[in-house]
Amino acid sequence: MKKEAKELSKSPTGVMGLDEITGGGLPEGRPTLLCGSAGSGKTILSIEYLLNGAVNYNEPGVFMAFEENVDELSENIASLGFDLDELILQKKIFVDDVHIDGSEFEETGEYDLEGLFIRLGHAIDSINAKRVVLDTIEVLFSGFSNPVILRNEIQRLFRWLKMKGVTAIITGERGNESLTRQGLEEYVSDCVILLDQTIKNKVTTRSLRIVKYRGSAHGTNEYPFIIDKGGVSVLPITTMKLDYIVSTDHVSTGVAQLDEMLGGMGFYKGSSVLLSGTAGSGKSSMAASYAQAACRRGERVLYFAFEESESQIVRNMRSVGIDLGEWSDKGALKFQMTRPTMYGIEHHLNSMSKAINEFKPDSVIVDPVSSFLSAGDEQEVKALFVRLVDLLKLNQVTVIFTSLTSGGASLESTDFGISSLIDTWLLLRDMESNGERNRALYILKSRGMAHSNQVREFLLTDQGVQLVEAYIGPDGILIGSARSEQQALDKIERYLYDQEIERKKNVYERKCKTVEANIASLQAELVAEQKEIDLVIEQANIVRANELKNRNIFMKNRQDYKQHEGENHE
Amino acid sequence: MSNGKSRSKNDVEYELLLYIAGQTPKSILAFANLKKICEEHLAGKYKIKIIDLIKEPQLAKGDQILAIPTLVRKLPEPIRKIIGDLSNTERVLVGLNIREKV
Repeated sequence: MKKEAKELSKSPTGVMGLDEITGGGLPEGRPTLLCGSAGSGKTILSIEYLLNGAVNYNEPGVFMAFEENVDELSENIASLGFDLDELILQKKIFVDDVHIDGSEFEETGEYDLEGLFIRLGHAIDSINAKRVVLDTIEVLFSGFSNPVILRNEIQRLFRWLKMKGVTAIITGERGNESLTRQGLEEYVSDCVILLDQTIKNKVTTRSLRIVKYRGSAHGTNEYPFIIDKGGVSVLPITTMKLDYIVSTDHVSTGVAQLDEMLGGMGFYKGSSVLLSGTAGSGKSSMAASYAQAACRRGERVLYFAFEESESQIVRNMRSVGIDLGEWSDKGALKFQMTRPTMYGIEHHLNSMSKAINEFKPDSVIVDPVSSFLSAGDEQEVKALFVRLVDLLKLNQVTVIFTSLTSGGASLESTDFGISSLIDTWLLLRDMESNGERNRALYILKSRGMAHSNQVREFLLTDQGVQLVEAYIGPDGILIGSARSEQQALDKIERYLYDQEIERKKNVYERKCKTVEANIASLQAELVAEQKEIDLVIEQANIVRANELKNRNIFMKNRQDYKQHEGENHE
Repeated sequence: MSNGKSRSKNDVEYELLLYIAGQTPKSILAFANLKKICEEHLAGKYKIKIIDLIKEPQLAKGDQILAIPTLVRKLPEPIRKIIGDLSNTERVLVGLNIREKV
């Protein structure tokens, strides 16, 4: 009662996904009813709750088994990878198997189930347990014939468990019209979880639903879950957290021209990439090309193939110059093959997340995701992808999904709406023109980077994937041989231009030379003229000098004459 | 093994354990009823041991005790169990295999 003002404290189950749905776990210090039909996974889920408590949360637990004995339980626990004997020795787990057989005893008058309380109390006290599982308490009803006493005692038991302050799981068999055969839900009012299994297309799907969780918000959907070697994993499709750290590093796509289209850098590390396209548009080759590039960078790549075998993929990719076998041999590349129809959808997810956890890849390829549609309905497939993308992003793993677009459908719609989960979406398409079919690629979207809006022709050569700039002709995009033709024409044109330039250059040079020669001769002429002028000037000077000389002589002569004449007169 | 006559000390033919949890009215009543029945039908051939689970809770597991009170017939074999305050004498006799079911 005093805890009511506070937020309800929770006891974490440690079961993958369940704590997310319940907002932290089961109500601490209260009983939880776990009901479901035979084989729905009640026991394994409650065992996991105890084991996780004992091993991870330092909360010892008591398992009171009404249906199984210790040996059977021990085997169950061993299958989850735990050693029950060891845990019992360490006083982390206490197991009490209750054996009831109504035919073994007579009932003579009044009784109560104090023996059960004492056993449970002893078990709890001896290891200071915080967690208790009673599996399945309804067996009591087959052992004791007085239902009035039983109901009173069970009611008392739940009260007693609360008083003890242990978090308890009480399992109950699913009834026809009620949650449990004996109506245990009437007594447990804090938390009720229902396990169910449905068979669709001959594939079993398990689901978990929280029917009631007093005092706490919780997911109300039916969540698919699986049981395998690692125990129970619930897939909380609607509780996806969007708080992972994103990388700003880039990784090459394996095609230099494509890197260029993606802002010159390639994909973001840890992003999700979708390659969608029609049959034969080169999705797998593109994916393989990425895988090869990733391996060359020294990354580890996990390749989930759902339609082809490893050897088939390796052979096919070798034909376009991509050698995946080499990396597979070196251990950098791992293939995992499964038929989509082999398991239910949630089993696929689990085996995939397991493989991812074990191999710890830097990049993952899922080829193709569309084949999952045969394993589950759209909603389930989407749920699988949300979960998978979530997991990959959390680990900063780059993932390439290929998706086959069926003919007739719009190219830009995936078969199931996973596009919102995709960071970079490349569309591969066939283009038919001039009686041939060619491949083209464009970027439909790429979050967080400037990217090219061009359509590029996409070639599968024996040197791998190549992108060629598309030619835009008068009739639209030229592709394939039309593009080659245009390229050839362009080449001729360019050649002709080159020749013209060369010719003009020659003419110019010749002209230059002529002009230079002219300049030289004119200059020579000038020099000659200058010389002539000099000569004339010189001659003129000589003449002038002579004249002066003559004049002087003449003057002298005249003076001489005058003198002479004077002498004569006297 | 019918060994009653060959043994010199054949008084303990019936070894009975009565499991109780404290001195509750039901336990006291059960013991009184048991004592009475034994004296009437098994005089000199029985031995009763009372186990109080409040004092020795670890003993409950061995005989798979859930209900209180529980009477366990250890001997003669096979082990038989009777639960309740033993107020129905007929059923106790049937349960102890002293009287055939009618």
